[in-house]
Amino acid sequence: MDQSAALTTLRLDVAQRFASGFAVDAALDVALAPGSMLVLFGPSAAGKTTVLRHVAGLERADRGTVVFDGEVWCDVTRKLWLPTQRRRVGVVFQQPTLFPHLTVRDNIRYGVSSTPVAEVAGVLGTLDLENRYPRELSGGEAQRVALARALSPRPRLLLLDEPFAALDAPTRLRLRRDVRGLLQALGTPAILVTHDRTEALAMGDTIAVVIGGRVRQVGPIADVFSRPGGADVAASLGIEAVLPARVRRTSDGLIEIDVDHVPLHVAERDALAPGSDVYACIRAEDVTLETRAAAHASARNHLAARVVSITSEGPIDRVALDCGFPLDALITRRSRDELQLGPGAYVTAAIKATSVHLIPRV
Amino acid sequence: MDWTALWLSVRLAATTTLVLLAVGVPIAYWIVFSPWRWKFLVEAIVALPLVLPPTVLGFYVLMAIGPLSPLGRAYTRLAGHGLPFTFQGLLVASVLYSLPFAVQPFSAEFASVDRRLIEASWSLGVSRFATFRRVIMPLSIRGLVTGVVLSFAHTLGEFGVVLMVGGNLPGVTRTVSISIYDAVQSLDYRAASRTSLLLLVVSFIVLTFTYALQRSIWIRARH
Repeated sequence: MDQSAALTTLRLDVAQRFASGFAVDAALDVALAPGSMLVLFGPSAAGKTTVLRHVAGLERADRGTVVFDGEVWCDVTRKLWLPTQRRRVGVVFQQPTLFPHLTVRDNIRYGVSSTPVAEVAGVLGTLDLENRYPRELSGGEAQRVALARALSPRPRLLLLDEPFAALDAPTRLRLRRDVRGLLQALGTPAILVTHDRTEALAMGDTIAVVIGGRVRQVGPIADVFSRPGGADVAASLGIEAVLPARVRRTSDGLIEIDVDHVPLHVAERDALAPGSDVYACIRAEDVTLETRAAAHASARNHLAARVVSITSEGPIDRVALDCGFPLDALITRRSRDELQLGPGAYVTAAIKATSVHLIPRV
Repeated sequence: MDWTALWLSVRLAATTTLVLLAVGVPIAYWIVFSPWRWKFLVEAIVALPLVLPPTVLGFYVLMAIGPLSPLGRAYTRLAGHGLPFTFQGLLVASVLYSLPFAVQPFSAEFASVDRRLIEASWSLGVSRFATFRRVIMPLSIRGLVTGVVLSFAHTLGEFGVVLMVGGNLPGVTRTVSISIYDAVQSLDYRAASRTSLLLLVVSFIVLTFTYALQRSIWIRARH
């Protein structure tokens, strides 16, 4: 596929009420670059999967529209409906739903008459599974086959419904990386449903936060994490600051990263190659403030910061800082009084190397 | 042994089973997959022969295909003779009588196919009909075989409906169960016992086969 192809737009505005009382009323308007990934993120039972099923054509809306790339897939008012079969979307479910009576080869070729392209075949890597039956596969192998099957007919959009959730951690990490690489090679955009924050950060380009059956916020992943539009969105995203960063070098068990040209030292937990992109996550309660740098403190990072604003959260104050990048610190009111902090004040923000958590981008 | 009656019963049971396979599969599919909210009415109608006395069912079938009904008259015009007391009439009655024995195992098996397999097939561009043929049918082999076996066995042993609709014409409508009844009536216990034993053995084998299939390890359709 031509990598310079124009963005594909997905406009969705659907409402559906289920017999159980559960209801979604979700609107989404996004542009998907070739090979990019939109994450539908939110707590369990928020309606993420339902939204995905509306895109796939596996749910009928009570009201609303789904338009993909200018093509009307669903318009309840005008009684327009494009069946799943003609939408050309690939779907991978949480459990690998392979056809149990068919071999791996027949599963992969189920939706096509010809042999799939090399990239798709490559998802199985060197695994020799072709003649095996699904019951003979491990969870990770089965999910790879499900992925190859979904991609064989060269879908215009791949829909992933928590496909990594049931896998063990090493398998999950490997598969995430492979999926990401494969989608970029094929130029196929994808929508990933997940409630796993690390997964959202590792895989997403754009994020749509779904809470209570509604899409609450959509945007580039770093923007949404740094500026959540509402308390419940912030709560679902977690309380940490999420900063895009790049690994500079590694030495003596420390990784030096670059956050907006500010160097930070992070304790090395996983090996990361210099130059790789990461998100640095820092919890506000792990940031201490000092009026001047202490001579022999254990914290590795001492950043010159300016106080932007102070908001009271009960007995705790949240201090918004500018250290070259935005960062919050939580301090008690007494500390604030002792430090005589106010907007515009200059302080040193100290962060222990072990308090910075890195999420590698795949 | 009344071989003529036995052969007739086998022919009737085989034909009924074939018709039920052709009619029962679409009905079962519809019952499982139709979104129609009143479909339980159809389910109830299909299940009626399970609880109705065969004479009641036979009576209504006789009325429906008799010369006084529009259906009966239309058939007479086309075929040149009436449906009652013919093999064809018996076939109609048997199909209705054994309908639940085919439809219920079919629909139970269709319903047990993982919905996501069906959705996966649709999303791969495969039509509903082809999905039925390529996914639902192969995964429902057990239910299909059970339905076929039960329909066959049930038709083989039917009595009341046959008597009401078919009467007792040797080679045409005298089935094996009626032949046994006749033998007892004429105090020919020897013939009755031979035929009864045969029917008992056949029924036992058929049911053993069915239950073995339910527990089978030789059809591994599901993971």
